[in-house]
Amino acid sequence: MATTRGGSGPDPGSRGLLLLSFSVVLAGLCGGNSVERKIYIPLNKTAPCVRLLNATHQIGCQSSISGDTGVIHVVEKEEDLKWVLTDGPNPPYMVLLEGKLFTRDVMEKLKGTTSRIAGLAVTLAKPNSTSSFSPSVQCPNDGFGIYSNSYGPEFAHCKKTLWNELGNGLAYEDFSFPIFLLEDENETKVIKQCYQDHNLGQNGSAPSFPLCAMQLFSHMHAVISTATCMRRSFIQSTFSINPEIVCDPLSDYNVWSMLKPINTSGGLEPDVRVVVAATRLDSRSFFWNVAPGAESAVASFVTQLAAAEALHKAPDVTTLSRNVMFVFFQGETFDYIGSSRMVYDMENGKFPVRLENIDSFVELGQVALRTSLDLWMHTDPMSQKNESVKNQVEDLLATLEKSGAGVPEVVLRRLAQSQALPPSSLQRFLRARNISGVVLADHSGSFHNRYYQSIYDTAENINVTYPEWQSPEEDLNFVTDTAKALANVATVLARALYELAGGTNFSSSIQADPQTVTRLLYGFLVRANNSWFQSILKHDLRSYLDDRPLQHYIAVSSPTNTTYVVQYALANLTGKATNLTREQCQDPSKVPNESKDLYEYSWVQGPWNSNKTERLPQCVRSTVRLARALSPAFELSQWSSTEYSTWAESRWKDIQARIFLIASKELEFITLIVGFSILVFSLIVTYCINAKADVLFVAPREPGAVSY
Amino acid sequence: MTVPVFFGCAFIAFGPAFALYLFTIATDPLRVIFLIAGAFFWLVSLLFSSMFWFLVRVITNNRDESVQNYLLIFGALLSVCIQELFRLAYYKLLKKASEGLKSINPEEDIAPSMQLLAYVSGLGFGIMSGVFSFVNTLSNSLGPGTVGIHGDSPQFFLNSAFMTLVIIMLHVFWGVVFFDGCEKNKWYILLTVLLTHLVVSTQTFLSPYYEVNLVTAYIIMVLMGIWAFYVAGGSCRSLKFCLLCQDKDFLLYNQRSR
Repeated sequence: MATTRGGSGPDPGSRGLLLLSFSVVLAGLCGGNSVERKIYIPLNKTAPCVRLLNATHQIGCQSSISGDTGVIHVVEKEEDLKWVLTDGPNPPYMVLLEGKLFTRDVMEKLKGTTSRIAGLAVTLAKPNSTSSFSPSVQCPNDGFGIYSNSYGPEFAHCKKTLWNELGNGLAYEDFSFPIFLLEDENETKVIKQCYQDHNLGQNGSAPSFPLCAMQLFSHMHAVISTATCMRRSFIQSTFSINPEIVCDPLSDYNVWSMLKPINTSGGLEPDVRVVVAATRLDSRSFFWNVAPGAESAVASFVTQLAAAEALHKAPDVTTLSRNVMFVFFQGETFDYIGSSRMVYDMENGKFPVRLENIDSFVELGQVALRTSLDLWMHTDPMSQKNESVKNQVEDLLATLEKSGAGVPEVVLRRLAQSQALPPSSLQRFLRARNISGVVLADHSGSFHNRYYQSIYDTAENINVTYPEWQSPEEDLNFVTDTAKALANVATVLARALYELAGGTNFSSSIQADPQTVTRLLYGFLVRANNSWFQSILKHDLRSYLDDRPLQHYIAVSSPTNTTYVVQYALANLTGKATNLTREQCQDPSKVPNESKDLYEYSWVQGPWNSNKTERLPQCVRSTVRLARALSPAFELSQWSSTEYSTWAESRWKDIQARIFLIASKELEFITLIVGFSILVFSLIVTYCINAKADVLFVAPREPGAVSY
Repeated sequence: MTVPVFFGCAFIAFGPAFALYLFTIATDPLRVIFLIAGAFFWLVSLLFSSMFWFLVRVITNNRDESVQNYLLIFGALLSVCIQELFRLAYYKLLKKASEGLKSINPEEDIAPSMQLLAYVSGLGFGIMSGVFSFVNTLSNSLGPGTVGIHGDSPQFFLNSAFMTLVIIMLHVFWGVVFFDGCEKNKWYILLTVLLTHLVVSTQTFLSPYYEVNLVTAYIIMVLMGIWAFYVAGGSCRSLKFCLLCQDKDFLLYNQRSR
């Protein structure tokens, strides 16, 4: 221990030493609670199911405010449920469910007997080639697209085509008990070991105490609906000194960029024509912040990123007659948050591009699971009832087919009969104005994605696998077959956009790079913390990348990791590295020929130098910007709107899970009775001895011995 | 282990101490003050012993399990010695205080006698020691879980409660015997108190053999209790008189002989 050596004598020195050691002692005492470590085993790698609210309903799960405790029961086959539902003598039970049993039937049974269920812990199953699991509804975003009972009733509510056939709708149910996902196999083993040691009785009889139990905390503050929780938050923030906000609207940012830079401080002239290329960024699953979204989101936006890169490389980009806008919408999973906000901004002049400027609209739906090279072109039948729109759509499809002809690995197919548009951002644009648009997808009828918006929509779902012996760096650059297929789709898209924008000469030279596609897929689906992602991000964003895949849930704090990475990836792929210094990069107004209105400048980390000692940062100039993606319902304070998305996420204080042993109620009461009797006995004896103290002790003294 | 266990263990550990406080200390404010001072002296002794233990740990700076264990045992034994040292210090302080009070007021007898002070100080030491050692465990007993998932005995809370009870009572008896030894200058008494304290402390390291622990501690408590009873002025005769309710004659006899 360091001694304080003062210049002036020993006294201040020793006092200082005393103070120092006193504070050090205090610090040491606050370290950890060893008794607590004897009792509880915390489960750290879990994902909870949280409460989401919309205009009329609440969905998700809720626990009681001090957590829900239940005796663990492992359910590996359906018969094990009987113990939980009827036979078990020690309700409530905490069910540890195998992933493959997490189906609608089982959940209906559990939902029906809530008095005996304290909660649910689900383990990850190993999906095989025939299984499917989609907790989303069968008709996603129903009621917020174009088709309603008044417009296109024959297409409304998925009457003609059930898009998500395998959906069981679990994610949109309301559960009154907590449900957690156990992500780590080791923790699951520990729980099962505890169960086998303590919870199995002899020969099927009741097990004896102490029993192994689990406690789940996930108390949600918001109730009933968005209207209720926003009203309560509003009242709190207006009248309370310490406001208690109970829910937050789901919001983030859309990423958009233009092929030719435009002046964002003003709007575009009405005669400027823009071709829009759109896709979605987000996905979801039953559990909070777990949204691998490989087929439902990642493959699509990766393809669009590659197409943007390919298109920007065309030589005559600056002379094209029309501009091209690449936009990545966030929040499309939750009733089109991003696209409805962009349409609203366009209508109200808050966005540089207006609805009148849009010439055509090409959207990428789910494109990674193509069977036999087919890429289907979906169009809207209702808007095509108008002759001019029909002709425009016809031209659009013809252009696409012409561009697709040069890529033999992609066969563009039209649909045989008129069919509704699949759930897509184009629907929100069509609600506002009849534009000619097409959605490219790998499915003609219902989705090929058997794990739509679930925890199993991972890299394996789109056949992105890497050999086991390779290092992460080798994996980053390893071109998988999926990457090649997506690169072909990106080539088709880029060529089509080129032709739609008026280009003619260099169409066949536009080629998307499979290397880019595979690096993007690796970063988004396998390991975000890789050398390429690190080099394209800003310095203070580097901690946003960890060794696991990125999760593409919109969340409530913005921008999310995915938004940032897509923004910087698009900047890297479509922008230019300039020679500006760091100060110039932050304020380019002083530099001639650079304009903050036309471009965005960002100072990124850059790659390692040859010695790997430091990075070579650079200033990247691009037209990539973020646009707010908050539903107009919250801007207009119309919290029970049926026109715009009203999804909000509840707030919570504490989410944790732990296991421990519990003792029987009888033992607890025996302890209480023993304590009580000892107290009463000692009161009586002390009183008696005190009263007789003069007799017992020669000198007046108080009682000493309590004789046994 | 939930609320019934919390209250049960709290009553077991602190019931007798509470009873003693209620009926003997709470009636006289001067005794309360001496009780709190005694508790404070115990706290300071704990502070010093923990400081020494921490210094030793930092100096050796060894992460090895067994070395940490030995250091803990060493720390506990050092703490026992420091506690007894502070008991001696408190005795000296009380002696000076009572002499000072006597010199101010030679006729009045407001100050408690040394024997009473011995009991009060012992109780103060005991209560503080019990609170400090048991409150942490008690707060954990409020949660839903009980000890045992890592293989420890599920009777942890009950054992701790009974151990705390025995420590509190032992401190009371040690106080009485110790002060008597100091008064009569019989140093072997002080040594015996120190030794029995060391024995009780050391055999708690035998956990998880709780039964051996508790039985030994209770036997020592009974023996110390009997010794303290005799030191305090009790005798077999007075006990017999008390139990057979022949107190009036005894009182008269006592008054006359004084």
